[in-house]
Amino acid sequence: MRVKRFIPLAGFALLALLLFKGLSIDPTALPAARLGQPFPDFSQPELLTEEVIGASALQPRPALVNVWATWCYSCRVEHPYLLALAAQGVPIYGLNYKDESEKARQWLSELGDPYRLNITDRDGTVGLDLGVYGAPETYVLGPDGVILHRHVGVLDEAVFERDIRRFFTAPGRVAQASAQEGGE
Amino acid sequence: MHRLLCALFLVSSSAWAVIETYEFSSPDLASRYHQLSQELRCPKCQNQNIADSNAPIARDLRVVLYEQLEAGQTDAQILDFMVARYGQFVRYRPEVDRQTALLWWSPLLLLVLGGVGVGRHFRKKDHHPAQGLTAAERDQVDRLLEDRLP
Repeated sequence: MRVKRFIPLAGFALLALLLFKGLSIDPTALPAARLGQPFPDFSQPELLTEEVIGASALQPRPALVNVWATWCYSCRVEHPYLLALAAQGVPIYGLNYKDESEKARQWLSELGDPYRLNITDRDGTVGLDLGVYGAPETYVLGPDGVILHRHVGVLDEAVFERDIRRFFTAPGRVAQASAQEGGE
Repeated sequence: MHRLLCALFLVSSSAWAVIETYEFSSPDLASRYHQLSQELRCPKCQNQNIADSNAPIARDLRVVLYEQLEAGQTDAQILDFMVARYGQFVRYRPEVDRQTALLWWSPLLLLVLGGVGVGRHFRKKDHHPAQGLTAAERDQVDRLLEDRLP
């Protein structure tokens, strides 16, 4: 019978634990529906060359696919870090999301171009197929073209080291790539 | 003035929905559009459906919804399309699966637990009905009371 007295306490402790855990959950973080699936195929012009490309153009991998636009303030914030990553040899592909191509080209020539190539997604259809709901977002493409990770919001060094670095740690891959582009 | 205020309170919430004009080929499609856009959640503004939200992504999803309805897609096909891209999260009435089972069944679970608790509470009282004192106990009480009385 004595045990019974502790039922309310146990209930309270359980609830407190649950609510405490709830405090550290980010309610805006959405489960990415496309994780573990190949990057959805598309047929869109490249931003600079205007040549029509598809998902097979996203080579080499592993790589990042960064969703950006000139109307997106946070994209300007993360841009220098993308340049730094590209200089380290991390392949980054851009998805120029619902943007005006002219402005986007101007942005790249003014601020520098960290992207190997850019998918022009003026209507946001590629973004929609990918499950994008804003910019910036950054996806990790695995060696086989499968989406391994999604980061919503500004990509910075802390986020990269914590969540993304591990996808690029296959021995020497990043180092090798950066050696090839040592001139930059 | 009072009348104006009353009129304001009578405005239904759906009247706040974003105003866009789509030309539907049949009234049936229009009503399905209305229903689905109320039921799909905006991925950006999480507490609004895509009918109410002004976010660009909600507008895009409304366009997709309109196009797919006009293309003759069924409700299930459209919902599948949305869920494939944005997860069960995008539905205000998610499918029952492993992830949403708790969400769906916890009210029933709590109701059953509460019922069991209430049931036990009352059954216990029935099992131990207040019994009168035995003759021996009554004598004892009398004796005790007599001792106390002057």
